Amino acid sequence: MKARVHVMLKDGVLDPQGEAVRHALGTLGFDGVNGVRQGKVIELDLDEGTDEATVRQMCEKLLANTVIESYRVEMA
Amino acid sequence: MKAAVIVFPGSNCDRDLAVALRAAGMDVTMVWHKDTGLPDGTDVVGVPGGFSFGDYLRCGAIAARSPIAAAVVAHAGRGGYVLGICNGFQVLTETGLLPGALIRNAGLRFICRDQALEVVTADSAFTAGSVAGQIVHFPIAHHDGNYVANAEVLARLAGEDRVAFRYVDNPNGSSGDIAGVLSDNRRVLGLMPHPERAADPALGGTDGAAMFRALAGVLAPA
Repeated sequence: MKARVHVMLKDGVLDPQGEAVRHALGTLGFDGVNGVRQGKVIELDLDEGTDEATVRQMCEKLLANTVIESYRVEMA
Repeated sequence: MKAAVIVFPGSNCDRDLAVALRAAGMDVTMVWHKDTGLPDGTDVVGVPGGFSFGDYLRCGAIAARSPIAAAVVAHAGRGGYVLGICNGFQVLTETGLLPGALIRNAGLRFICRDQALEVVTADSAFTAGSVAGQIVHFPIAHHDGNYVANAEVLARLAGEDRVAFRYVDNPNGSSGDIAGVLSDNRRVLGLMPHPERAADPALGGTDGAAMFRALAGVLAPA
């Protein structure tokens, strides 16, 4: 089974990389991009039966830094 | 005075830090990240700069979960001294020993240059050799030195006099121009600038030597 973890900088934490991407899109002529937030997706290949609570523990302990990042778990 | 310098795969300032600590009179042992304990009698732990584990996941994230990190956290819990420089600062925030986090520089560039800093407090073993308000110059060399913390944490750091260093002309977007912070017991310091790269005249500056001398002075048996 697989789980997908989405990690994003929390609202209110400036995302310098997202801001650079937004500028680059503007340079390419894409008007109307008001904001870009860049995060990461982590795919986990897990033993069958692994529960979401375990994946959330992985997020709390390592995959996300909850001081600055939020995460969302998708069990597939 | 016994110092332990932690070595992770990708550390690259570990030997520089050992040289600076030895020059201040300390016995230094290098400790590999897979070790589970510090040498007996360790007074101060140095967590060096570099790119531990290739900065994978987040800077310092993997190092902060290595076997030796638990021993460093326990050392700090016993009131031991810990000094984290650059990547070492990132590691200490990832362990939770220091508040806040370090994200990509606001200008997105890796910055490598001499940097003027204000010593904000002399009330720590690390800064006791300086006076508050003094300007010192340490090199900086980082891509992820942009210090962030929520408003409550920033207010507490300021209120408790735990900001050790502030940048003069903020190079990386850090909140409150913060370059280095102390733990609540003032015995853990993390800073992005490199005092060990300014600890010998041959390196072009000696402002950093004051930190190592001050630390050695505090730790010296009375």
